[in-house]
Amino acid sequence: MGEVCLADEFILETHGLTKEFAGFFAVRDVSLKVRRGSIHALIGPNGAGKTTCFNLLTKFLQPTAGQILYKGHDITAMKPADVARLGLVRSFQISAVFPHLTALENVRVALQRQHGHSFDFWRSKSVLDRFNSKALELLNDVGLSEFAKTPAVEMPYGRKRALEIATTLALDPEMMLLDEPMAGMGHEDIDKIAALIKRISAKYTILMVEHNLSVVANLSDIITVLTRGQVLAEGNYAELTKDERVKEAYLGAGHA
Amino acid sequence: MSAMTDDTLPASPRTLRDEMIVFAAMAVLLAIVPATGIYPFFVMQALCFALLACAFNLLIGFGGLLSFGHAMFLGTAGYFTAHALKEWGVSPEIGIVIGTAGAAALGLITSYVSIRRQGIYFSMITLALSQLLYFIYLQAPFTHGEDGIQGIPQGMMFGFINLSNPTVLYYVVLAGFLGGFLLIFRTINSPFGEVLKAIRENEPRAISLGYKTDQYKLLAFILSGTLAGFAGSLKVFVAQNASLTDVHWSMSGEIVLMTLVGGLGTIFGPVVGAFVIIAMQQYLAGFGQWVTVIQGVIFVACVLTFRRGIVGEIGHYFRRSL
Repeated sequence: MGEVCLADEFILETHGLTKEFAGFFAVRDVSLKVRRGSIHALIGPNGAGKTTCFNLLTKFLQPTAGQILYKGHDITAMKPADVARLGLVRSFQISAVFPHLTALENVRVALQRQHGHSFDFWRSKSVLDRFNSKALELLNDVGLSEFAKTPAVEMPYGRKRALEIATTLALDPEMMLLDEPMAGMGHEDIDKIAALIKRISAKYTILMVEHNLSVVANLSDIITVLTRGQVLAEGNYAELTKDERVKEAYLGAGHA
Repeated sequence: MSAMTDDTLPASPRTLRDEMIVFAAMAVLLAIVPATGIYPFFVMQALCFALLACAFNLLIGFGGLLSFGHAMFLGTAGYFTAHALKEWGVSPEIGIVIGTAGAAALGLITSYVSIRRQGIYFSMITLALSQLLYFIYLQAPFTHGEDGIQGIPQGMMFGFINLSNPTVLYYVVLAGFLGGFLLIFRTINSPFGEVLKAIRENEPRAISLGYKTDQYKLLAFILSGTLAGFAGSLKVFVAQNASLTDVHWSMSGEIVLMTLVGGLGTIFGPVVGAFVIIAMQQYLAGFGQWVTVIQGVIFVACVLTFRRGIVGEIGHYFRRSL
């Protein structure tokens, strides 16, 4: 491939990213490079700063120091809604759906954002019906077509995660950031969502924070291990399982 | 559009039809009031408060924003309309436009100050701003302080509608109420309303979808304030005065009460709530100060036993959103 242009190869980069909360460094000097088209996982023991790092990347938190580059553009000072508009879309640890809207309406709200009319309070919402077939297509894609008319609040947990992914896909993002996509799920659901993530990764770059190591092992192309807010190691799963420092961080020195 | 969409639409068309039927029934019932011998002044007053509560409900029920200063829109529009009618001698329709525009301008200013705050902080800022205005109106010469603006001429609307005839006035107020109600109803069921509901349901998620949520809340606040002001302007023709009562914080509390009793986030709840509260004030007037106590008991009973409010509970029972 060669290093023709860094922005082409790496869709998201950080340099010296740091977040300090009143003297405590939740994230310290983290430099990440996420390769375009890859599934990149961020792992680490509890309190390692994964979620903070995630919130920094999506601009829900403002870093104390450092720089974030998305497609070569500096997005460090941007607002979260603007970052989303550039095609960098996040999910949340607790499933983020609109509970009292139906599954179809959930996806439609995302479709509506790109195609205007969102400030029209004098128009009937029937103008949104033109998004229905696209929304159904997206629901179908993640295996939710039978839930189209079901309010999200009544859907099983695993299905809500799938709905969240469908909603994110509706924005046609270039990069998705998934915050613990498997949190709180049973085995069956984990397999389904993992297969879904694998499938969509053909089109999108994915950065995810995940606790479930078997999921990480199966899905990720590259893994960054964080401890105490800093990057401990980076590599693929096979490399990392041999790394003594990683074992120590996860199991404690005594077990290594 | 493909053939499948008809069948696969969300539940909205059906409930929309239900709401249309209830709306038609409400309009007919209100239209025959003058023939029934019910005191029209009472119904007109209730209609103004019903529109006010509906405007308030647009903000909290569909935008999730609890304003504790909505009386400022009612009072401001009232003073503006009253002053224009009495001192400048403008025609009624111009008076209404001046009052409503005043409320809209106030909505624009207050929303800029308050909208960036969440939850209780938002409520406290709206309360503080309305208290600030209360003291301005108490001191400003044009409001005549404690006396208020009295004896306001009702005049001829558009030059030929004689508002001093109670029956004519009734239908003008009814038309104003229905128009305002329909605008709110349409706003709730518009593309904008969909985004507003999404923001109420999960604001961080709406942001992550790329919505600049502050702008939507700003528009909702201005719409709500403008319509509340419109209700205040109409009320001037009914009461023929504008006084400090309408800008007092307890009025803001009453708006909250009406909406809660009727059903927060329902379409028709605020109308029912306004009629219940105004009827209580009217027909329990003989109890004097005890009306406040009775209102308090009803409020507590409402929160403890039927949280969805009157219309909310009925809708829940029939599995319909009204």
